[in-house]
Amino acid sequence: MPFFEAVRLALATIRVQKLKSFFTALGVCIGVMFLIAVVSIVDGMGRYMEQDLVGKLIALNSFEVRRRPNINIGDVDPGLWREYSRRPRLLESDVQPVVDALPDGTLWSMYSDGQVQVESPFSRPRTAQVTAVDGQYFEIKRLGVTEGRLFTAGELSQGSNSVIIGPDLKQRLFPTVDPIGRNVKIGGRLYSVIGVGESLGSAFGMSFDNYIYAPFRAPVRRMLNSEPHAIDAIVVQVPAPEMMTDAQERVRAVMRARHKLRPAQADNFTLETADTALAFWSKIRGYLVLAGVALPAFGLVVGAIVIMNIMLVAVAERTYEIGIRKALGAKRRDILIQFLIESSTLSTLGAMLGIGAGAAVAVMVRSLTPMPTFVAPWSIVVGVAIGAGVGVISGVYPASRASLLDPIAALRQE
Amino acid sequence: MTNELEEQSLSTTAERRVVVSAAGSAPDKDWVIVTRGLTREYDMGGEIVRALRGVDLAVRRNEYVAIMGPSGSGKSTLMNIVGCLDTPNAGEYWLNGQLVSEMKDDKLARVRNKEIGFVFQTFNLLPRASALHNVELPLVYAGVSSAERKERAFEALKAVQLGERVHHRPNELSGGQRQRVAIARALVNRPSILLADEPTGNLDSTTSEEIMRVFEHLASTGQTVIMVTHEPDIAAHARRVVVLRDGVIASDDRREKFAAKMGF
Repeated sequence: MPFFEAVRLALATIRVQKLKSFFTALGVCIGVMFLIAVVSIVDGMGRYMEQDLVGKLIALNSFEVRRRPNINIGDVDPGLWREYSRRPRLLESDVQPVVDALPDGTLWSMYSDGQVQVESPFSRPRTAQVTAVDGQYFEIKRLGVTEGRLFTAGELSQGSNSVIIGPDLKQRLFPTVDPIGRNVKIGGRLYSVIGVGESLGSAFGMSFDNYIYAPFRAPVRRMLNSEPHAIDAIVVQVPAPEMMTDAQERVRAVMRARHKLRPAQADNFTLETADTALAFWSKIRGYLVLAGVALPAFGLVVGAIVIMNIMLVAVAERTYEIGIRKALGAKRRDILIQFLIESSTLSTLGAMLGIGAGAAVAVMVRSLTPMPTFVAPWSIVVGVAIGAGVGVISGVYPASRASLLDPIAALRQE
Repeated sequence: MTNELEEQSLSTTAERRVVVSAAGSAPDKDWVIVTRGLTREYDMGGEIVRALRGVDLAVRRNEYVAIMGPSGSGKSTLMNIVGCLDTPNAGEYWLNGQLVSEMKDDKLARVRNKEIGFVFQTFNLLPRASALHNVELPLVYAGVSSAERKERAFEALKAVQLGERVHHRPNELSGGQRQRVAIARALVNRPSILLADEPTGNLDSTTSEEIMRVFEHLASTGQTVIMVTHEPDIAAHARRVVVLRDGVIASDDRREKFAAKMGF
């Protein structure tokens, strides 16, 4: 019997017993649904981590020289923490040697940041993310202003008492008035607002727009670092990705020399890139995908057993039909194929339902949470393939029993 | 009712004796069925039941033969072997020049598909399929294309006056109509023999007569028909009646002689 014919026959048989077929394929349906949902959520979380979270914290083709990693996704064991805290701080005096070592066309900046209370005459005091910056910070971050202006080179180098505030902070500190030209008070000193910056967006429901930028040499820096000449990070941005390694190696050499490290000693500073920040995420992502595949696999095994049982019942119920078909010239292969295709059609239909349900779960997660879940096309292909595969595997035994029935005995059974 | 064609094709005892005695050699093309010393034994829980004990049967093309016998005479076993559903333990069975008794499952399936058209007592139609689809089935397994299948099945149903009911399911048809669907199905692949097993067993006498008229018409147009029955009046419709008793052929007579014996 040709393949297409067998599929049509299978569909006709399934149509006659819709409810029974549905329950038979339910196991596969649920298994595939979880597979699709988990893969979509993990995938969405990955995109979120890479694009929204880390992408917003670390600019393209850039790395930061830090005392210790800024972004710690996952656990850092206590021993590592102790090692981090023994490390020397990054100093203002480290900046110039690092900048001197950089290849041409590289942008750099340095900054210190912290949570500081900010006051305004138009609201109660608010806590803001205050960052004192120098160098080409705004070019690297590609951050512009929506109102007012950025710092001038003079303001940056002299450390004038001017600030740029984020859109959230503008709402909080100046809910009703234009903030440009007005003053905010940080640590008892007045700073003049010269601009309102663009939105940096949010991650996991946490806004990045509650920021204030001030020139590095402004007095506010003393509130960000307890040691007088310490800084939090030097940011380096190379013009092309292939220059990353070279720039990192140059910076590493300078820093090792400044920290007087012997060749056998490990770095006592961190060069943080988007990749290093994501290293831990890639690890948990692997586990998540594994769990997301392994757990539905159990469901699929159960689903396969259910289909096998129902197919065995179907063979018993339809012994008479098999007898007629054999009497009319059906070969063993014809009967085998008929039942194999019936079970795999059933299972594939279940898998398709599961894909639909899984995609619905993914869409629901997307609309209810900030995670941009994404149903990968490959997961749909895998889902359908799993459906067909489960059907074939669970159909082999019943189908071979059907094909081996003796036509005379089968015809006698009615 | 007897026409010339049937009269011509009717074999004589002497002719049959000749063809049956030539063991091991393929019979002349004229002979559709030749069995030589057909033996079939069943193992029924350690006890050997000898259903056939050496049946020599020869049927020439276009003959209309009834096989009769009481239950336990071996007529069902003979019908299963002649229909290629079963194989003998010993003896030869030549069907249309092929030595079927040596064949295995899949080859037998092909022979059933090409050479045999079955008509059963219980009709044996697929209950959920339309009359048309039921008639199409042998063509499906013969590998005929869908369009040609539909056309041939439709023609076959028209030939048994069911052209109007092709889309009806078996449960929407009367017993006689169902048996006519079964006949259409049996004939759709143009088999060498039409093999009917108690074709009127589940029908009332009026409908039985109707089915017998269909058989007579087929026989008169050159179709070889073999009918297994235990009813003498049904058997008397055939041109030749073979009576089995205890696994051997007890008598093999023309209809006239059989009718005389039975006192019709």
